[in-house]
Amino acid sequence: MDHQLTVLIVDDEEGMRLGAQRALRNFTCQLDDAECSVSFTTQMVDSGEAAIEACQGETRPDIILLDHKLPGITGIEVLEQLGSEGLGDSLVIMISAYANIETAVRATRQGAYDFIPKPFTPAELRYVVQKAAGRLVLSRQARALAAENRRVRFEFIRVLGHELKAPLGVVESYLDLIRNRTLGEDLPAYDEIVGRSLTRLQGMRKLILDLLDMTKLESGQRERSLEDIDLSAVARSTAEAMEPQAAERGISLTIAGAEHLHMQADPAEIEMILNNLVSNAIKYNRDQGSVTITIGEDAEAITLAVSDTGIGMTEDERERLFGEFVRIRNAATKDILGTGLGLSILKRLVQLYHGSVTVDSTPGEGSTFTVRLPRSGE
Amino acid sequence: MTDAKTILIVDDDPDFRLPLRLQLEAAGYTVVEACDRDEAHATIAAQRPAAVIQDLMMDQPDTGFTLCYEMKRHHPDLPIIMVTGVASETGIEFETVTEEERSWIKADVILAKPIRFEQLKRELDRLL
Ligand SMILES: Nc1ncnc2c1ncn2[C@@H]1O[C@H](COP(=O)(O)OP(=O)(O)OP(=O)(O)O)[C@@H](O)[C@H]1O
Ligand SMILES: [Mg+2]
Repeated sequence: MDHQLTVLIVDDEEGMRLGAQRALRNFTCQLDDAECSVSFTTQMVDSGEAAIEACQGETRPDIILLDHKLPGITGIEVLEQLGSEGLGDSLVIMISAYANIETAVRATRQGAYDFIPKPFTPAELRYVVQKAAGRLVLSRQARALAAENRRVRFEFIRVLGHELKAPLGVVESYLDLIRNRTLGEDLPAYDEIVGRSLTRLQGMRKLILDLLDMTKLESGQRERSLEDIDLSAVARSTAEAMEPQAAERGISLTIAGAEHLHMQADPAEIEMILNNLVSNAIKYNRDQGSVTITIGEDAEAITLAVSDTGIGMTEDERERLFGEFVRIRNAATKDILGTGLGLSILKRLVQLYHGSVTVDSTPGEGSTFTVRLPRSGE
Repeated sequence: MTDAKTILIVDDDPDFRLPLRLQLEAAGYTVVEACDRDEAHATIAAQRPAAVIQDLMMDQPDTGFTLCYEMKRHHPDLPIIMVTGVASETGIEFETVTEEERSWIKADVILAKPIRFEQLKRELDRLL
């Protein structure tokens, strides 16, 4: 990215102003820390009063080259009058012919960022301006990032609040029916709504557990224990745990590919990855369908693929999938419960191994999720 | 002919529809349900309900608005009761409807969640 910064040159000597302008006119500096380059446009004024006016205008200069000794108010008085409010995030470089410690200290106290003694060479000027530009761009980038993080956080909390509120509302409305004896005095009449309430509360519990998992991953607080694990063994134990859920809908679970492939990994993490994928492959499958876990390897990575014969998804849906709380809503998924956090947790887990997840899918035919875990990331 | 006692409930959450259905049935209404826009239109054509209760927030943020608008265009006399979320106590707003948005919603009545059945019943009595 390239930036343009405005430099306001405040000096009563025309020669100085023009010299500074010439030094900066075709100057572009590369800021490695901020990964960008900066070029400059200049504005010039010949008094402190005019400088204050320029700072109060619509577009505040980014960098102010401020001479101390001016005909009206001095450079330091300009700083005093502007105050930190008036300066905003503009950086001031004080220029003075009578370079002395006292002026420098006073100027710094009033908010000047740097100091350059007069006379100076174009190279010296460029050097201090580049330093100021680097500082300015970095702090702006940090601010933008912080704002973006706040926004993402807020959005997360907003959606989370909504997801937690929905089941509460549902349970409340069912309890109201019971309190008002809407369905009469016979208890069995209420079985269905009690069942529905319990299901929604379970969903809420799962949401909270998923959330805690995710927070733990995010904060890096989960204790990881990397050990030598046999992937087929982990796959078998996942398949066993999921078997009842699959059998209920006549879905067959198969493990294919390499036998006894080993890697250094945290067994709980690999299990979570497989659980998430297999649970989706069952949930979004058709009755009597099948799910296959394939373990493979190539030169750089170990691959875990989970394919199903389910509802599949469109390309547009595939892109949104890994977002927090994202659930694809359509006629085929409307009665399937879920929090939409499963795949975002999976994504974080895979990142711990510097791996990647890809999805292949044909609507109505099925999907294959492939996780690649590079050996170097072990 | 519309059936003065048939009410259509439109929402994608079955747990929003069920308690409403049970309360309305206990109060002597017949209830038909739809979970999305297409089903809603089909049900109106087939069952001729006397009124519609719909949630503003369906699967996608705009569907509630759109459905309401379409129903009013095709059936100007069909009363619509729109249910919406309200600002939470925490000050963070969840799907709150602003005054301006309200003016765009073509519903006859807008009720805030959680809805009280007595209030809903009163509105139905008034509209039918
Ligand atoms: N194998 C699959 N086939 C088709 N759609 C899928 C598949 N896996 C995921 N999806 C879609 O992606 C969405 C997000 O999946 P994810 O696992 O994150 O959430 P979920 O299954 O809805 O909830 P949970 O947090 O309980 O796992 C699902 O709601 C579903 O629409
Ligand atoms: Mg899932």
